Amino acid sequence: MAYLTDRKRAVGRGASKTGTGHFWAMKKSSVALLLLIPFFVFTFGSALGGTYEEILAYYSRPWPALIAALTILVGFHHFNMGVQVLIEDYVHGLASKIAILLMTCLSYGAAAVGIFAIAKLAL
Amino acid sequence: MVQFTLPKNSKIRTGKTWPKPSGGNVRKFQIYRWNPDDGQNPRVDTYFVDMDDCGPMVLDALIKIKNEIDPTLTFRRSCREGICGSCAMNIDGINTLACIYGLDEIDGDVKIYPLPHMPVVKDLIPDLTHFYAQHASIMPWLETKTNRPAKEWRQSIEDRKKLDGLYECVMCASCSTACPSYWWNGDRYLGPAALLHAYRWIIDSRDEATGERLDQLEDPFKLYRCHTIMNCAKTCPKGLNPAKAIAEIKKMMVERTI
Repeated sequence: MAYLTDRKRAVGRGASKTGTGHFWAMKKSSVALLLLIPFFVFTFGSALGGTYEEILAYYSRPWPALIAALTILVGFHHFNMGVQVLIEDYVHGLASKIAILLMTCLSYGAAAVGIFAIAKLAL
Repeated sequence: MVQFTLPKNSKIRTGKTWPKPSGGNVRKFQIYRWNPDDGQNPRVDTYFVDMDDCGPMVLDALIKIKNEIDPTLTFRRSCREGICGSCAMNIDGINTLACIYGLDEIDGDVKIYPLPHMPVVKDLIPDLTHFYAQHASIMPWLETKTNRPAKEWRQSIEDRKKLDGLYECVMCASCSTACPSYWWNGDRYLGPAALLHAYRWIIDSRDEATGERLDQLEDPFKLYRCHTIMNCAKTCPKGLNPAKAIAEIKKMMVERTI
């Protein structure tokens, strides 16, 4: 155990002068999802149960394709930021950094797969 | 990784049951005990108190137990009227002040533990050293750069009103020790009490260090561990709302950015 004063322990390395950007970005993506999710539910819902040809025709229209692409993009961006907060809450030390890296890869990897699928349907 | 179970030497076992007095109006108290000198695990002792000969508050019963049944029971207390914040403990599952928590508010047996997730000094006394150091780190005093006025630093009635609901905090630590974020990251997260005090000085119209104060809080851990679950506001024995104060700090952070 190091001989540190209580004040030094409390102050640590000081404030990192970050965090507000992340906080504000999460608020922005939350509002974006609040708008996008209902549109996504309605567009995806109306395509649900259709044949392959019908779905292909539906998603080659710009509106459903753009809504789906934006929902996937903003959704996974929001997920990535949220899961980072979750990891910072419960996991500490090196494991925290590894978990954040893995979840970032997973989030943007999943977003890329989704965007590719929409592009393939739409184009 | 967060620890969800108690370490082996902190597991609580059943302790001594003290004799039950005769009489009809007897109440059962189950109280956490731990002595750092005996090398034993913590235990929960059972006491019986004659309520016809006891004051109405939890602290009255604790003092009666200490005076008449078991003088080794250890707890902090001072003002007995909710001003000093000394007797904060977990009563019936809620962090509160024993002196202003009525025994009639509790159904069944009275269960008393120290404030959660803090190192215990003895029995119901938590070690608040780090908590106090965090409070000191937010500079809980008026910071000015302008030359001192001939008389007092003046403040309008409206600006003074902004401090209501903040200055009343007695630093009992009930809120911080009720906050899961403070449990898991208390070494870095300042906790609701220190942040409420920080906000109290940030919005003080006389204070000239607003920017520096905000700078010192801008950190993912010091401030942004608060996820607004409001345990702090729910448990505060003074009826204050630290979660709102923290939300106001976050709002100020965003407003100075965009």
